[in-house]
Amino acid sequence: MKIFATYNIKGGVGKTATAVNLSYLAAREGYRVLLWDLDAQAAATFLFRVRPRVKGGGKGLIRGTRSVDDAIKATDFDRLDLLPSDFTYRNLDLVLDAAKKPGRRLGSLLAPLRAEYDVVFLDCPPGISLLSESVLQAADTLLVPLIPTTLSVRTLDQLTEFVAGMNGHRPAILAFFSMIDRRKRLHKEISEQLPAQRADVAATAIPSLSMIERMSVERAPVTAFAPRSAAARRYAELWAEARERSGLPEPKPDDAW
Amino acid sequence: MQNVLRQFVLNGEDASLPDQVLKLPGSAFAVSEPSRSVTLRRLWLDTFDWRLYRSGLTLEQVSRGGSADLVLTGRDGQVIAADHPVPPPAGGRKDGARRSRPAWPGLLDTLPLGPLRDHLGPVVGVRALLPVARAVSVVREIRVLNSDDKTIARVTADRMSVTHPEAASVPPRLAVSALRGYQAQALRVADLLAAEPGVAEAGQSGLEAVLAAAGRRPGDYTGKVDVRLAPRMPASVAMVTVLTALFDTLLANVNGTVRDIDTEFLHDLRVAVRRTRSALKLAGDVLPGDMAARFRPEFKWLGDLTTPTRDLDVYLLGYADMAAGLVAATAEELQPFHDHLVRSRALAQRDLARGLRSARFSRLGREWRQALASVGAAGGGPRPAARHTVARLAASRIGRAHRRVIRDGSAITATSPPESLHELRKRCKELRYLLEFFGSLYDPGQHWQAVRELKALQDCLGEFQDTQVQHEEIQVFAAQMMEQRAAPAATLLAMGEIAAGLAVRQQKARSEFAGRFRDFASPAGQNRIRALTGAAAA
Repeated sequence: MKIFATYNIKGGVGKTATAVNLSYLAAREGYRVLLWDLDAQAAATFLFRVRPRVKGGGKGLIRGTRSVDDAIKATDFDRLDLLPSDFTYRNLDLVLDAAKKPGRRLGSLLAPLRAEYDVVFLDCPPGISLLSESVLQAADTLLVPLIPTTLSVRTLDQLTEFVAGMNGHRPAILAFFSMIDRRKRLHKEISEQLPAQRADVAATAIPSLSMIERMSVERAPVTAFAPRSAAARRYAELWAEARERSGLPEPKPDDAW
Repeated sequence: MQNVLRQFVLNGEDASLPDQVLKLPGSAFAVSEPSRSVTLRRLWLDTFDWRLYRSGLTLEQVSRGGSADLVLTGRDGQVIAADHPVPPPAGGRKDGARRSRPAWPGLLDTLPLGPLRDHLGPVVGVRALLPVARAVSVVREIRVLNSDDKTIARVTADRMSVTHPEAASVPPRLAVSALRGYQAQALRVADLLAAEPGVAEAGQSGLEAVLAAAGRRPGDYTGKVDVRLAPRMPASVAMVTVLTALFDTLLANVNGTVRDIDTEFLHDLRVAVRRTRSALKLAGDVLPGDMAARFRPEFKWLGDLTTPTRDLDVYLLGYADMAAGLVAATAEELQPFHDHLVRSRALAQRDLARGLRSARFSRLGREWRQALASVGAAGGGPRPAARHTVARLAASRIGRAHRRVIRDGSAITATSPPESLHELRKRCKELRYLLEFFGSLYDPGQHWQAVRELKALQDCLGEFQDTQVQHEEIQVFAAQMMEQRAAPAATLLAMGEIAAGLAVRQQKARSEFAGRFRDFASPAGQNRIRALTGAAAA
């Protein structure tokens, strides 16, 4: 089981759109996928038409009084399940603070699902918190959407430095440019130069496209409702890059014969 | 692959009923348009003796276009394991070579290693999986949606046509599956469907419905003596009933033995022959004229015909354990012995198949069937026993066989030759067979207890004799291999270690005999046999 987390300290950079589309693409390829919407805003949960409610709330899950297994909902797509958001997730930091070894908590909650899923996506809320530390501990790969500005590149440096300073497990970082506005010269320059200079920046960039915004109207991944759109093609390229870098083995073929 | 929550059958005459029902009229749930029809080819697999069915399991291969899934479900329809079976690459085949579908019948090692094989292993054992039914399904599906337009359940309508064992049609079936996390809502959908006119709860599984339509009953073969006798039945009629059932079992196993599908066909065939021979020996006097005397040599011929292959099967079935138990030698050193066994078995099997296809075997079958049929008309033989009831016959013959076991066993001491134990084993088998022939006359609990005590003694005697036979055979094999220059010194040494192991096992069985016999021959045990047969005879 490989764990990917979409993470950035900033909000509104395309974390949820990435998690939703990449998890859909992974499931379509034959992987058994779980997406955990850790953000109390419940955007990923909304996009899959699931109600943002977990019995016992975030506290029940983190403390282990409620089973993760019972909270999982199937999406309308084969092999893609969702662990929904809940409004109580806004207090996850407090719950984690009270837990033993808070940094390892998410990882140990996911461990029993190893036999059931090949891929897990964690859609994280913005910010730096105990929850994000726990995500960094659990994830194999951090997918970091970046708006092509000088400031966001600085943020990536800070994150890289932080991960390098972690003891024990350290996730791989794969940043990629997101919400690129081709009309902006700075966006164009940074998004073209940086991938050539830095190995941790993906070659694929996700442009700012109205089709991606349409997801909230369609309540489905753009890769599902408009699979041939430019947006869907970019996400497919990004997933191919992320999958290859993570070393995820081939899914079991659906048509073995 | 979906976990089915509830299944229904549509009983109405109206062919458009499935489409009407799929609209869930009058429900608060919205439904999607029915999907386009998909044609599935279904193939159900089980062992010849229905081991999966008897364990509450169903193994189904569902093919669609070029792909197929093997799905194992439990009694409640829940999926236990599933796989896309791909046979392991044969010699010289490289990864990426064209994958082909496993051919049925096939042994479990046809399937790739994985959870499905792990689940099937303990149930299926050495038996092959055979197609028990085939059907073609035309399936349509609707999704049931909640107020967020989220799918909460799927309902499939399945129109099945049976193609094997016979062409037949079955009423359309509906299946409701819940999406994970939406069980309660899906159950409400199932309740709504159940209330629709023309919709009834499916009392049978898909396989049971298919077999029923084709006039077959799952679990219709058992290697056990499956007869129901009434205590007051004339002895001759009862013996014909038993012998007919044994002959049916024998014939049921001929095809699988000739085709060498798995080793149990031959095993069951041999047991049917041995039981027949014992029945003729111990109660053949109730049959008319010289019927028993006429057929006993023919059944002996048949029994002898099957012995070489079975002996080699026993060796090969126990080979892995024997090789694993080697201490001084290695499994590699023993390998030429395995090759020799496999070659010898191929030759023995060829002779066996030839024998079962011979004119002599056909004649035996034909004449035996005629002879059995003629008894009903002619009545029993002239001897007094023929006019007894079966309960009386059973009491006298079981009593006699039991007394012989007690007498012969009591005479065995620590210095008795091995032959005395072999003879006792035969007497025990005769007693066991009589208990099986007449088992339906008795209280099941008492019967089970009597057989259990006898079985413990038989196991000990069986181990003693089997190890001796194998010990003698391995010496013959060694001589054959040396003659054929197929025996490296290391292999002979390894075979020597196997022979020593067999001798140790034989000694152990010998040392356990006295205790086992004491348990069997206890006054309580003897009383149980008397009480068992006495009650029915009275």
